[in-house]
Amino acid sequence: MKIFRALLARELRLSLRHGADSWAALLFFFVAGALFPLAIGPAPDVLARLAPGIVWVCALLAALLPLDRLFGADYEDGSLDRLLLCGLPAAAMALAKAAAHWLTTGLPLLLAAAPLAIMLRIRPTALPALLAGLLPGTLTLSLLGTAGAAIVLGARRGGVLLPLLVLPLATPVLIFGAAAADAAASGLPARPALLLLGALLALALPGCALAAGAALRAAAE
Amino acid sequence: MTPADSLVPASRRNSGFTLHRFANPGRFLRLSGAVLPWVAIPGIGLTVAGLIWGLAFAPADWQQGETVRIIYVHVPAAWLASAGYAMLALCALLSLVWRHPLADLAAAEISPVGAVFTAICLASGSLWGRPTWGTWWVWDARLTSVLVLFFLYLGHIALVHAFDDPQRGYRAGAILALVGVVNLPIIKFSVNWWNTLHQPATISLFGAPTMSLAMLWPLLIAALGYTLVFVALVLARTRAAVMERRIRALLMARAELAA
Repeated sequence: MKIFRALLARELRLSLRHGADSWAALLFFFVAGALFPLAIGPAPDVLARLAPGIVWVCALLAALLPLDRLFGADYEDGSLDRLLLCGLPAAAMALAKAAAHWLTTGLPLLLAAAPLAIMLRIRPTALPALLAGLLPGTLTLSLLGTAGAAIVLGARRGGVLLPLLVLPLATPVLIFGAAAADAAASGLPARPALLLLGALLALALPGCALAAGAALRAAAE
Repeated sequence: MTPADSLVPASRRNSGFTLHRFANPGRFLRLSGAVLPWVAIPGIGLTVAGLIWGLAFAPADWQQGETVRIIYVHVPAAWLASAGYAMLALCALLSLVWRHPLADLAAAEISPVGAVFTAICLASGSLWGRPTWGTWWVWDARLTSVLVLFFLYLGHIALVHAFDDPQRGYRAGAILALVGVVNLPIIKFSVNWWNTLHQPATISLFGAPTMSLAMLWPLLIAALGYTLVFVALVLARTRAAVMERRIRALLMARAELAA
């Protein structure tokens, strides 16, 4: 646990010193979201209908951006081998990386989602459900992304391959996340979709950590 | 015999051996060469027979008319698309847990074949949807999950070939294949969980079929034929991969001798 915390602190310190990476993801989220009113027209009722979906898709894409650096730098300079030898199981190390990814990308996205959604004229009743869905949703995306980043580690064109592998697996998160916000917008209970998002998180937590751990060990061989 | 040995039943002691007997590429080539014609020829024969029976002689449906004949192409392809992924996942497990070298090669060869069967399933379903549902494509749960399966196959193909060291590609592909297994139950139960456009299963292992026998027989024959064709394709591709590896090793050895 102590090593886990030390590793997490190291990741956070590194991302704080290379702040541009996290900012780039956040900026991408905003700019991509702002493109939609320009492309489909600023009519408020159309935007209100589309707002939850736009926020979800943009969050999904923005969360992918910093992933190829998640293990890339450590792999290139050899610190990945040292990290695997520091006494922590590879799966726990992957979990620490996923937690760092969420804290530096998922949490800022969650905070920025409310202003973006309001700019897209989301219905006020849908906003709490959207944010409540984004919380487990971004956590699951961080876990899936960590597993994907570990799997493509060392591949040619890994950066292109990564979205190809992660996006199909991320579709359930997108479906239930958007469904929760849509249900709330039309006055239906959002609870079932939110519970399913929680279930996905509970499935991804051990599954993705184990997969990422196995992939990291394979990459370090 | 040491006491520790006697604790393991004799059948278990041999299990690792039997599994790895087929790891010898020479033995695999001999065995698969003998089996291949017995799988390929009945496979092609049954597929052709089932399709001709289904497309020309089976009765038309009282509601759907002649369009129902697409199921003889569509349903076996859909079964094989899922079953192929299950095979892929099994190979992935064999390669990750037992480091079985043939499982690596087989997994790399299953995914292109599976992708083709998934594409046949999607294309024929789309052709059927146009006259029956009035649309080429709907974002129905079953269709979407099969589309995701198609992307998983493509991702596996791309990933396996993305590494300079083939061994790393096999390992990464195996992990991806196992992660993607969560999609299989989603495909199976999508028609029950989300009550959308695609109809629920007509044929189940338990309980009487809810379709006429005149339609069921050609369907089952076509399905058996598709299965044998799938197995034959994978066997032939794996044989080719083994031989390709041998040729590469020979060329490398010759190049080293010359240098």
